[in-house]
Amino acid sequence: MKVELLVVAGKHPAAAPASLALQPITLCVEAGEHVAVIGPSGAGKTTLLHLMACALAPANGSIQLDSRDPWQLSKSALQKLRADLFLAPQVPPLPPRQRVVTSVLAGQLPRMGFWRSIRSLFYPVDIPAAEQALAQFDLADKLFERVDRLSGGERQRVGLARGLVSNSKLWLIDEPLSALDPTRAEQAIQTLTKSASQRGVTLIATLHHVQMALAHFPRIIGLKNGELAFDLPTSEVTPERLKDLYAQHLDELT
Amino acid sequence: MKAIPDIACKPLPAQLPSQLPPPLWDARCKACWYVVFIALLTIASFWSLDLQWGKFLSLDAIQKMGRFVAELLTPNFETPFLNKLWWATLETLAMSALGTLLAVVLGLLLALPASHSGAVRTITRAALNALRSIPELIWATLLLIAAGLGPMAGTLALALHTSGVLGRLFAEAIENSEGSPAMALRTSGVSELKIFFYATLPQIMPQLISYTLYRWENNIRAAAVLGVVGAGGLGAMLSFHMSLFQMAETSSVLLAMLALVVLVDALSYWIRKALG
Amino acid sequence: MSSPNRNRSNAFASVRDPAFLRRVFWLALAAVLLWPMLVLSEFKIWTLFSAESLKPTLKFLADFFPPKLEPEFLLMVARETWRTVAMATAGIALALIFAIPLSLITARVLSVSGLAGHMGYGSAMVRTVVRWLLIVLRSVPELIWALIFVRVVGLGPTAGVLAIALTYTGMLGKVYCEILESSDSAVTHSLLRNGTGRLQAFFYGLLPQSAAELTSYTVYRWECAIRSSAVLGFVGAGGLGQQMDASMKMFNGSEVSTMLIVFMLLVWLADRASSRFREGLS
Repeated sequence: MKVELLVVAGKHPAAAPASLALQPITLCVEAGEHVAVIGPSGAGKTTLLHLMACALAPANGSIQLDSRDPWQLSKSALQKLRADLFLAPQVPPLPPRQRVVTSVLAGQLPRMGFWRSIRSLFYPVDIPAAEQALAQFDLADKLFERVDRLSGGERQRVGLARGLVSNSKLWLIDEPLSALDPTRAEQAIQTLTKSASQRGVTLIATLHHVQMALAHFPRIIGLKNGELAFDLPTSEVTPERLKDLYAQHLDELT
Repeated sequence: MKAIPDIACKPLPAQLPSQLPPPLWDARCKACWYVVFIALLTIASFWSLDLQWGKFLSLDAIQKMGRFVAELLTPNFETPFLNKLWWATLETLAMSALGTLLAVVLGLLLALPASHSGAVRTITRAALNALRSIPELIWATLLLIAAGLGPMAGTLALALHTSGVLGRLFAEAIENSEGSPAMALRTSGVSELKIFFYATLPQIMPQLISYTLYRWENNIRAAAVLGVVGAGGLGAMLSFHMSLFQMAETSSVLLAMLALVVLVDALSYWIRKALG
Repeated sequence: MSSPNRNRSNAFASVRDPAFLRRVFWLALAAVLLWPMLVLSEFKIWTLFSAESLKPTLKFLADFFPPKLEPEFLLMVARETWRTVAMATAGIALALIFAIPLSLITARVLSVSGLAGHMGYGSAMVRTVVRWLLIVLRSVPELIWALIFVRVVGLGPTAGVLAIALTYTGMLGKVYCEILESSDSAVTHSLLRNGTGRLQAFFYGLLPQSAAELTSYTVYRWECAIRSSAVLGFVGAGGLGQQMDASMKMFNGSEVSTMLIVFMLLVWLADRASSRFREGLS
């Protein structure tokens, strides 16, 4: 899915009218591209992702997904469009008492009929798909566990597995590695990028681990204080630029 | 003694027991006026009602009570009667269980719109309030017209009243549940009803069960007495035997009611423990 | 999908949900229990829509609009509504009078022998007996008390007031005791140790802390008592309930409609008043 932002600004719904979490920004991500968004805390990374996911209406400008403005569409057309995108929040949105298999298969809900989805609660309709997705994150053995019995890192990977099971063409992942140790982080990011390439999915991920971003993504967007600092291919991102980006937050530069 | 202003009618801090208690009356204090009002209301109540204390404390009344108590202490345990009692007990139990079950379904149906916003919320909340504020007994007498004498009126009465109570509790549980699982599904374009089953229900299930069991405990008591107005079960037997002043049989019915209440309380406790 | 994935998905196809059998079992159990429930409660819901039942029901419901608003009738309703409120108030007042001493007796915090560690045998016995008395009073539905008293003192509000008084003594007594016991006992105990009488220890030690909670609960129960008292009217205790029963027996929809509206208003007013009182008294 192609994503275009034209002078788009973003604001937290509860914030004061004048304060923008994201200053007007213009960028374009072609279908199938992999982009990493980096920057210190509070730079507006999550707001950017929420704007792209149509979870937040732009305070300014317009957003185009596959050359269509989602906010100009009818409600039903927007619903259909939403099925094509997948947002993974930083805190995995999994109900504690739900089983992993159900949480993962929830990724198929947009294209499941109502009665099929109810039947799936009683007996999951596509266990192989769920197991396959979890196996890519090394979690196949936790298929029938309850979410609240998993560790933070395991829950995060389950949240990512849901994306693999969905049919979406745009993956917006917010801090996929925050609870993972280095080995698991490496495995997760490789799974994401590999799957995205295989399916031609546009992958946009915000990352705290700058080195991971540089290693796995061909294009880096840097945000600072809600403004676009740079939008460059990875080869052009120099250590000086990074130091500049994280100027007051050098402790976050990993 | 220093005049203590508005603090006078508020409770003293516990660390100062050596001070005299506050003055009983302070014209500036709002609470004191409330107390006066309540006192006047109480006096007016006693005075306006034509209370027959004489009748209650008369020799005749005391003798009657004495006789009742004596007969109550000798419950009837004959087999044919016990047979009828057994079926009435089962009928009452079925009434309470089915009524509570129907209330859960209706309550959930109403709780979903009641937890949204706007006109649909106002209307459903008003409906829930109306269902809730009419006591089960009054519902039962109204339903007797439609359902005729017998336990069905009682079951429906319990269902209607309890759905108002549960509906409101369920709506609050839904509103207080964590919004992020629902929000994530909403972003993916999942319909609201599917969101309820996949994101909200898993979170509120323990509360739903807890509220339902609590209402079942209440409903078994209500079901037992609904029969007094004709809704079947133990209540009907109680009313019948009392009207004939058959205190021995009445006593057995009361014991059956007590046993039923204890049974349901125990079942409810056991289910709660089993579900953790 | 590439071949390795397809092979893997074949292997995964054999995995079954371990919770499946358990769910089938519970579902079957529920079905097995549901059938006798429906039979025992004579739940023939279709009879609601049969001709003999539908006609009078619809006529009755149609009579609801408009509700009867003749001044004479409204005056009667107002009078009966006052009687219902008066019954509840009088009943709660009596319940208070009995509940306070009973709760003081049961409150372990006021036990002199308990100060030393464990309570003396005699005082523990007294407490247990009173506790059980309160449980019995609380467990018998007030409707049943009312049925008994109607036969002893005759129809009318006396039976209702007594029924409410007894049941609510049980309720108030238990909760008062709980409130007293949950408050900070240090002051009370120090007073008791210094030889103050139990009643004074209550007034100076316990009451100041718990007064707000005690009054709040009492006012809340008064509100419940109003609903109870309306219901008791159906067995002859007078008030709004008795009039509603009479009108229903005569299938007079418009009268019932007015009284239902008045009842719901009463409940709403009592709720508002109760919140006001509770805020004001605390």
